[in-house]
Amino acid sequence: MSALLFWIFALIMLGFGAAVVINRNPIASALSLVMCFMGLSSLFMSLDAFFIGIIQVLVYAGAVMVLFLFIIMLLDLRVETRRKTNVVAVGGGAVVALAFFIQIFFVIGQLSAAKQPFPPLSSPKVDDVHSVGLLLFSNYNLPFQIIGVLVLVATIGVIVLSKRELR
Amino acid sequence: MVTLGHYLIVSGLLFTIGFAGVLLRRNIIIIFMSLELMLNAANLSLVAFSRFRLSAAGMPNYNAQVFVFFIITVAAAEVAVGLAIIVALYRARQTTHVEDVSSLKF
Repeated sequence: MSALLFWIFALIMLGFGAAVVINRNPIASALSLVMCFMGLSSLFMSLDAFFIGIIQVLVYAGAVMVLFLFIIMLLDLRVETRRKTNVVAVGGGAVVALAFFIQIFFVIGQLSAAKQPFPPLSSPKVDDVHSVGLLLFSNYNLPFQIIGVLVLVATIGVIVLSKRELR
Repeated sequence: MVTLGHYLIVSGLLFTIGFAGVLLRRNIIIIFMSLELMLNAANLSLVAFSRFRLSAAGMPNYNAQVFVFFIITVAAAEVAVGLAIIVALYRARQTTHVEDVSSLKF
């Protein structure tokens, strides 16, 4: 059952991920990206990472995709006009991407741990919000505060960048 | 039986799709979406390893999930700044096509 669900969600994620790259209409790409992230969030939940799965839906499908759609509609981008495609560049890019995947495939094939199934958890009750929160505010307190400063810097940077005239 | 290798291969495929998108597409917004795909592929393999290497108490290793949390936060900040740069570029040049923006090209 879980194997069937894994394949369904992996196919949804990879299919819509490919649709992001293939679609010529930016809005269709953005909506495919939402579906891709939904499949990814289901895969996180199949790995007992419920908190990360929920965060994935809230942050990506909620906030980031609204931002993408907002910008696409603000810039009023239509289906991009067909230009003369550079065959050498496209072919070279495809070959590089394919070679990259073949490398990953063989590296994972060499990994002995990759053939083992996942070990069972000691208890079926996973309180991962509690555990992640505890780690975040004890061991990772300094990085957490630095992330806060980073988000503040990003907010100020966005406001400065989107002002009409820089003085 | 789903093993760690299945999740790693799926994660590698997602990364390759994003990588191909960055190399093949010429629309800056699509390139940006492909960057998000690559970041999320890294997140998937981190969570798979967190479930595979259990802690002493027999629960997933939550250090990796804290790391994924940080990656998601940084990615959200990066999207906000990147889209602001795209808007500024569009105001200056009226294009989102990377071949129209080649002042820095050697």
